[in-house]
Amino acid sequence: MALKGNLRDFTITQLLNLVNLACKTGTLVIEGPGDVAQISFREGKLAYAQLGQRDNSLAGILRKNKKISARQYAILAERATKMSDKELGILLVNAGYLSQADIIESLQQNFVYIIRQLFTWVEGFFRFDADMLPPSDKIPVRLDLENLIIEGSRQLREWELLQQEIPSLDMALKFTDRPGTNIKDVNLSVEEWRVVSYVSPKNTMRQVAQVTKLNDLEIRRVVYALLQAGLVEIVRPGGAPASVSARAFRTEDKEQQKSFVNRIIDRILSI
Amino acid sequence: MQTVKIVVTGPFSAGKTEFIRSVSEIDVVSTERKITAEAEKIKNSTTVAMDFGRISIDDELVLYLFGTPGQRRFDFMWEILSEGMLGFIVMVDSARPETFREARSILETFRAYAPTPYVVAANKQDMDDAWDLEDMRVALRLDPNVKFLPCVAQDKESVKKVLLELLYTILAEMEAGD
Ligand SMILES: Nc1nc2c(ncn2[C@@H]2O[C@H](COP(=O)(O)OP(=O)(O)OP(=O)(O)O)[C@@H](O)[C@H]2O)c(=O)[nH]1
Ligand SMILES: [Mg+2]
Repeated sequence: MALKGNLRDFTITQLLNLVNLACKTGTLVIEGPGDVAQISFREGKLAYAQLGQRDNSLAGILRKNKKISARQYAILAERATKMSDKELGILLVNAGYLSQADIIESLQQNFVYIIRQLFTWVEGFFRFDADMLPPSDKIPVRLDLENLIIEGSRQLREWELLQQEIPSLDMALKFTDRPGTNIKDVNLSVEEWRVVSYVSPKNTMRQVAQVTKLNDLEIRRVVYALLQAGLVEIVRPGGAPASVSARAFRTEDKEQQKSFVNRIIDRILSI
Repeated sequence: MQTVKIVVTGPFSAGKTEFIRSVSEIDVVSTERKITAEAEKIKNSTTVAMDFGRISIDDELVLYLFGTPGQRRFDFMWEILSEGMLGFIVMVDSARPETFREARSILETFRAYAPTPYVVAANKQDMDDAWDLEDMRVALRLDPNVKFLPCVAQDKESVKKVLLELLYTILAEMEAGD
């Protein structure tokens, strides 16, 4: 049930990653230092974001993005007070003021701007409410989260945390086969692209770091961002499947080993 | 006498000692110490070297369950304990998301030791604050192929289920390796 915690232990980018990979619908409420943010999602995509009591009206956002002039804003503020954002949007498009794309883009920029501010929050309670949907009078957007996740993950600089996330550089990477994610749609840095070009179960992260001339900290930071965005996963070098240690038994006889495991199973069933 | 061992690992206070205690036929030989540091006072004692439980299978075979200490400052024990293990179980406290990062780290560390089969247990599923398994799976970055099981460590049936799933995984690996 509960999906709640503190940002100290679970960062905003990790939460976005969770929403993204689990294709969640609902609202993330974050009580930061002196401000409350509400971020809504539909099927793992960003739908809406609101920070505190800041003006989040369509007219206000368009004004901030210089899509409408101060005069137009004043007129709208005066005449369109009873209009919902959806109605206002339709009015502006029909009147030929703005295109639908202009409006959606402005809204997306505004939401991204809000989330960027959240990246700086290091403390605060969060909870995810699956029953709380984006306000129905607002214009819905659908923004992929990968780019925001990559951007936020790049900001993790603490050596200790990176080492915790990626303890061993002797493991390798492989691309995840998640439908709907195309690495070409993600805004990677030059450094990240270089690492991506060596992603293969054949190469350990240490080897990739050597050829790309990254130090231990840098390679971990890049890998962490790629991991968070769900683009790669950590695998054993050579893609070796799991196998039972030869030293787990005193006998080398495979059939006898299997018989041991079967006997353990039977015994546990009978406890 | 043939002995085999399974290692039970996971973050501080995840329920490793409790898990072993639920199925061991001997009183768990535990190296618990009273916790004095105020910051760690979410319970009274912690494992400092290892826990040790036993299940005798028959006249020829004994299964040992080794629990690792959860606290990082004892992690020099991990590699020693994992030597020659048949498989391992990572216990995670479902109600304490603040330990998920540590759980990921422990899992990755053990995975790097050896290609040994493992399963992950979402422990303390009986608690009100427990996270859902689907959310935990993503938060723990578990591969879809990894078995991830709900668990309540005081409940013997639940512990048996986790052990059995690990053993089935081991058997499947052995068969695939033939
Ligand atoms: N409600 C509930 N409590 C549990 C469960 N498992 C363990 N506990 C309790 O959680 C606390 C920690 O359990 P331990 O078994 O000591 O944990 P540990 O992983 O051995 O801890 P360290 O050795 O200190 O790392 C104890 O108070 C247990 O009784 C469970 O499934 N449900
Ligand atoms: Mg213990």
